[in-house]
Parts: sequence; C-alpha cells; structure tokens
Amino acid sequence: MIRDQETMQILLDSIRSFINEALIPREEEVSETDEIPEDIISQMRDMGLFGLTIPEEFGGLGVTMEEEVNIAFELGHTSPAFRSFIGTNNGIGSIGILLDGTDVQKSTYLPRLASGDILGAFCLTEPDSGSDAASLRTTAVRDGNDYIINGTKRYITNAPHAGIFTVMARTNPDIKGAKGISAFIVDSDVKGITIGKRDKKMGQKGAHTADVIFDNVRVPASALIGEKEGVGFKTAMKVLDKGRLHIAAIAVGAAERVLEDSLRYAMERKQFGRTISDFQLIQGMLADSKAEIYAAKCMVLDAARKRDEGLDVSTEASCAKMFATEMCSRVADKGVQIHGGAGYISEYAVERFYRDVRLFRLYEGTTQIQQVIISRNMIREAEA
Amino acid sequence: MKVLVAVKRVIDYNVKIRVKPDHTDVDLTNVKMAMNPFCEIAVEEAVRLKEKGVATEIVAVTVGPKAAQEQLRTALALGADRAIHVETDERVESLAVAKLLKAVVDEEQPDLVILGKQAIDTDNNQTGQMLAALSGMGQGTFASEVAFGDGVEDGYVRVTREIDGGLQSVALKLPAVVTTDLRLNEPRYAKLPDIMKAKKKPLDTRTPEALGVAVSSGLELLKVETPAERKGGVKVGSVDELIDKLKNEAKVL
Ligand SMILES: Cc1cc2nc3c(=O)[nH]c(=O)nc-3n(C[C@H](O)[C@H](O)[C@H](O)COP(=O)(O)OP(=O)(O)OC[C@H]3O[C@@H](n4cnc5c(N)ncnc54)[C@H](O)[C@@H]3O)c2cc1C
Ligand SMILES: Cc1cc2nc3c(=O)[nH]c(=O)nc-3n(C[C@H](O)[C@H](O)[C@H](O)COP(=O)(O)OP(=O)(O)OC[C@H]3O[C@@H](n4cnc5c(N)ncnc54)[C@H](O)[C@@H]3O)c2cc1C
Repeated sequence: MIRDQETMQILLDSIRSFINEALIPREEEVSETDEIPEDIISQMRDMGLFGLTIPEEFGGLGVTMEEEVNIAFELGHTSPAFRSFIGTNNGIGSIGILLDGTDVQKSTYLPRLASGDILGAFCLTEPDSGSDAASLRTTAVRDGNDYIINGTKRYITNAPHAGIFTVMARTNPDIKGAKGISAFIVDSDVKGITIGKRDKKMGQKGAHTADVIFDNVRVPASALIGEKEGVGFKTAMKVLDKGRLHIAAIAVGAAERVLEDSLRYAMERKQFGRTISDFQLIQGMLADSKAEIYAAKCMVLDAARKRDEGLDVSTEASCAKMFATEMCSRVADKGVQIHGGAGYISEYAVERFYRDVRLFRLYEGTTQIQQVIISRNMIREAEA
Repeated sequence: MKVLVAVKRVIDYNVKIRVKPDHTDVDLTNVKMAMNPFCEIAVEEAVRLKEKGVATEIVAVTVGPKAAQEQLRTALALGADRAIHVETDERVESLAVAKLLKAVVDEEQPDLVILGKQAIDTDNNQTGQMLAALSGMGQGTFASEVAFGDGVEDGYVRVTREIDGGLQSVALKLPAVVTTDLRLNEPRYAKLPDIMKAKKKPLDTRTPEALGVAVSSGLELLKVETPAERKGGVKVGSVDELIDKLKNEAKVL
C-alpha cells in the first residue's frame, strides 16, 4: 500500500538523488578504507534514513511494506555497506521492540533509533547455532529483579557501533527448543559485554560484524521484551519474517545496478569492430538478467502489498527472498562476464558487487532455510 | 520579511532529451521530471534566509500543469511555508509567466522574489528580468551572494552578481527580484519526515483567468530538432598537413 503517490514520488526522488550524488561517488573510498565516512553518516541522519520503518509517533516515517520495498529498491543501487549501516535500525535492530515491546520500551528506544542517535543490533546467531537458531545456548538466569546473561553471539551486524542489542537467550534451561527462549534489550555499555574484533569478510567492506560476548551481564527484568518469558524465539522469527522482503528488495536494486553498469559497458566496449552489445551472446545475458530482475521485483511488490493487506505472507516472503537473492548472484555473475577481464578488476564496481551480493543468500535465513520454510508451509496447508 | 520563490517543473537534468519523430516538440512521454536546478538554488536561498531569521515566511509559486504540484510539494518539504499553483496546461512563455507572477506579487506583496536565472528546458533567462520590469522592482540577476544586515542598509538587499570577468555588487531597495546562479549555494536534500509533512502544508490553486492574465502565445513553435551529431575528427601527421587542410579543406586560412 502506498499512502500517497505524490509524496512517495518525492521521497524516492530525494533518496535517489542522494544515492547518485552523495553515495555512489564514495563507494570505492568506503571499500578501500572499510569505513563509512562520518560526514555521510551525519547526512544519512539528517535525512531521516535511520527511521524509515519506525512509526511517526516515535519520530520515524512509519512506511508501509510496499513503501519500504520501493525505498529498498533504490538503496540497493549503491554499496550494500551503506544500507547495512542504516539497515539494523530499520530492521532487525528495532523491529523486536516495535512488535513486541512494552510502551515504555518503545518510547525509551524507538525515538533514538529513528533519529540515528544510537544503532541497534540483533543478537541471535551463535558459534554453534546458526540456521538452527532455536538451539541457541546463551542463557539468561533470573536473579531477584535482574537477569544475568552469559554466552557468545556471532557475526553481529553493526555490533562495533551499537548502542543497544536485541538479545535472544534461554531463560528456561529445561526447555531445549524455541519455547525456552526470551528476548532482551541490552545497552551496549553494560558491564560484562565485550565486542570481538571485526570479522574479515568477503565483501561489503565498510559494514562491520563482530562477536558479542556476554560475561555475567546483569540487566533489570524490565529489559525483557514485552516483559514476557518464553516468547523470544517468536519475536526473533517475526523480525526475520519482515526482514526477508527488505533483503529481497535490496537484492533487486543491486541487480538493477549491476545490469545498468553492464549495459553501459557493453554499449561502449568495442571488439571485432563493433560494440559488444551488438553480439547476440551478450544480448542473451542482458535479456536474461532483465527478465529475472523483473520477475523478482514483481514477487517482492506482490508479497509486500499482501502483507500490507494483513495477509500471512510467510511463504511469499521466503519465495521472494530466495528467488531475488539467488537471481542477484546470477545477474552479478553475468555482469562480471559481460565486463570481460575488466569484471575481475577492482576498478569496476561490478567486481565489488559480485562479492557484496553473495551475502544476501546467507543471512536472515539461508536459501536452504527458505526452501525448508516454503515446503513446510506447503505440506502443512495440504494436510489441513 | 516575506519571500516569494518561483519554481518550474522541467525534464530531469539526468534525462537524455528525445525529440518527437514529427519534430513538433520534445518528447515528454514517460520522461522523468524534476524541479529546475536553478529553482532548487532559489528555494535553498529562501530557506537559508529563514534559518538566519531574515525571512519569516516563504511562499513557493509555480505556473504549470497539475503535475507541477509535485515540485511545489518538494519546495514545501525543503522549507517553504505554503504554495500557490497557477494551473494551466498551455505552453506558457516567459512574458506570460512574468505577468502571472506579477499578479501573484500584487496579491502577496512579498519583500523579495527569488527565481532561477533560467530554466534548463528552454534556457530563456528572462522571466526574472521581465517580472522586475513589470512590477517596477529592482533586479539582481545571476546572484552568487545575497546579503542582508552586515553593513547593508535596512530595507535593502545586497546582491553579488556574476558578470563576465568578475563580480558586481548591487544594493537593491526592497521589494526586489533576485535570480540565482550556480554558485549561490548548494541545495540540501529534503529530510524524509519533512517530505511526509509537506502534504499537510497549504497549497492554493489559481487560474490565469482568475489572475486576469491571457497566456496565449505570441510565438509559434515551428520545429524542434536534435543538435547535429558531432562528426568524428581526424588525426593529422604533421604541422604541414594541418596547415594544408586548414587552407584547402576547411578554407579558413
Ligand atoms: C555478514 C553477516 C552478517 C550477519 N549479521 C547477523 C546479525 O546481525 N545477527 C545475527 O543474529 N546473525 C547474523 N548473521 C548470521 C547469519 O544469519 C547466519 O550466518 C546464517 O543464519 C547461517 O547460519 P550459519 O552461518 O551458522 O550456517 P549453518 O546454519 O551452519 O549453515 C551451513 C549450511 O548448512 C545449510 N543448512 C543448515 N540447516 C539446514 C537444513 N535444515 N536443511 C538444509 N540445509 C541446512 C545452510 O543452508 C548452509 O548452506 C550474519 C552473518 C553474516 C555472514
Ligand atoms: C587476472 C587476469 C590476468 C590476465 N593475464 C593475461 C596475460 O597474462 N596475458 C594476456 O595477454 N592477457 C591476460 N589477461 C587478459 C584476458 O585474456 C582478457 O581479459 C580476456 O581475453 C577477455 O578480453 P577482454 O577483457 O578484453 O574482454 P572483451 O573481449 O572486451 O569481452 C567482453 C565481453 O564480450 C564478450 N565478447 C567479445 N567478443 C565477442 C563475440 N564476438 N561474440 C560474443 N561475445 C563476445 C566476451 O565473452 C565478454 O563477455 C588477463 C586478464 C585477467 C583479468
């Protein structure tokens, strides 16, 4: 649902200009220094990019899902590192509080997340618990009016910059699965928290992940999201469910960018006395990419609209995430191919995108986990 | 102080212009439109004057089709307080725009009118000058600086103008007309929450008839053509060959 077409158009134009004029020219710098420059962060704060999904009453834009994916299509056009920096506040770092938090938790944290004053990060994955998130081992033991958290979280996006963590931990050791898990909001400056050194990643330089180690971290009972035990895994799954459409939309945007770069290259590069875009084998790659991007875009928009209508889109969102992210890697691979040797050289953005987009198929549920979700839903429906 | 800012809806500067096959005009179907870049600078200057406490109210105005309201909303998102849309689907030439703006000036009585020095579609560079003449206001065109206070007499604005070979400063008695050049300022990006709020700001619609201005044109557009394609150059082997070609082929020596 788009609430007002004209307003949306202005919003998208404004974001697009910002991306084209302020972000794309700085991509190489970000990739080389592995840092997003402070002036860009402050511009992103000024524009209000940290609060896209947070409701207006807390200082955000309160975009609908359809509006959000349209914005994400645009954001996908530049280095995913920029998106990652604002991504957790608009996604996994805030949604838990937004969906299941108490009024006090919402009014305490959401305005600061919306303004970009603090970054939020999401701590689910552990060294021995990734796809099988329900097996997580981090514990939160009740002690009077407090909980004491112990455990290690892995690959946590924006951990080195975060002001708060949404932490999934086991409050009931007797229940091994999902029902023993609760979600907490933990300030990053609490005693006992250590942030590991930044992971060295394949791509998305400028976006940082690290371990977050909790060593007897004492938090008040009021830090429990929704002040309810045993529903933390549900909260985490709801968070990821919404995030899937966002990631799918980013993948569509990134594929569009790669294809634009590749088309431009093909129309300029001459071999055998002609531009290579004259060759049907190149045209085949361009056309296949175009069609796949279009298909993924339609899926994302359809699922987003259905979600705005209040329908359960678990299957659609997983289909979209799986298809769009796999499609993006195929388009990036063809993009490198169209660039020839240049596609393997860092001077061309396509080399960087090829590595950057690989992540989309791994996090917030691997492709295989999406397959598991989709088929499980199919079987469940058929049985009903 | 009240500031009136004029904005125009034009083809986005990133778009590659296409001419209609029958050469009657530029092809606008499915073409991305945007605020004229010089008008963006005009809006930015007005907003800065308001931030400095010099301006108290900013009114944005445009002349154009219904869709031009998008550019007014953008101006509102950037900081204009209200907007006036003079709605017409006609092709309106500079003089008619100046007359319409004059009518708005008569109604609004602004202390300062800021316009772009030209619009990137027709590049006429005359609306501001015509408005100044019609309304009897002083004009500071091609502004690279607009100053109030700071040694400038009350009731005046000092405009630094970019002219061939240098800068010229003029003091204009208010109300006055200023047209913006590229170096006046660097427009900001609209804050996204302000874009959402812009919808709630007042936008009034007028018609040329109600303002008593006939927009009918004194000009007839005969033909539009794309610029001639640049022919490929040649490399010459020596100075002698160059001189020979200039003499005998180009016949300029
Ligand atoms: C850059 C980056 C940022 C991240 N950010 C965050 C973050 O902010 N917060 C957070 O909590 N986590 C984050 N993660 C973690 C991410 O969500 C996990 O890496 C992901 O869920 C996969 O888990 P894993 O790495 O343990 O892989 P594993 O679960 O060990 O998977 C290994 C392989 O086995 C397959 N597999 C596993 N189970 C099944 C099954 N049942 N059926 C079929 N195949 C299966 C997987 O698909 C995969 O191919 C991030 C990861 C990266 C790389
Ligand atoms: C790391 C690296 C090491 C290298 N080492 C060496 C080396 O040691 N010595 C050396 O001489 N070279 C070397 N090269 C160059 C390499 O061999 C070329 O990059 C390769 O031959 C492709 O040429 P190109 O890059 O000019 O791409 P292009 O020829 O411009 O190709 C661009 C795209 O157009 C396609 N294409 C071109 N012509 C046609 C056609 N007629 N029909 C259909 N499609 C077409 C190509 O398949 C490709 O997809 C190296 C390159 C790299 C990246």
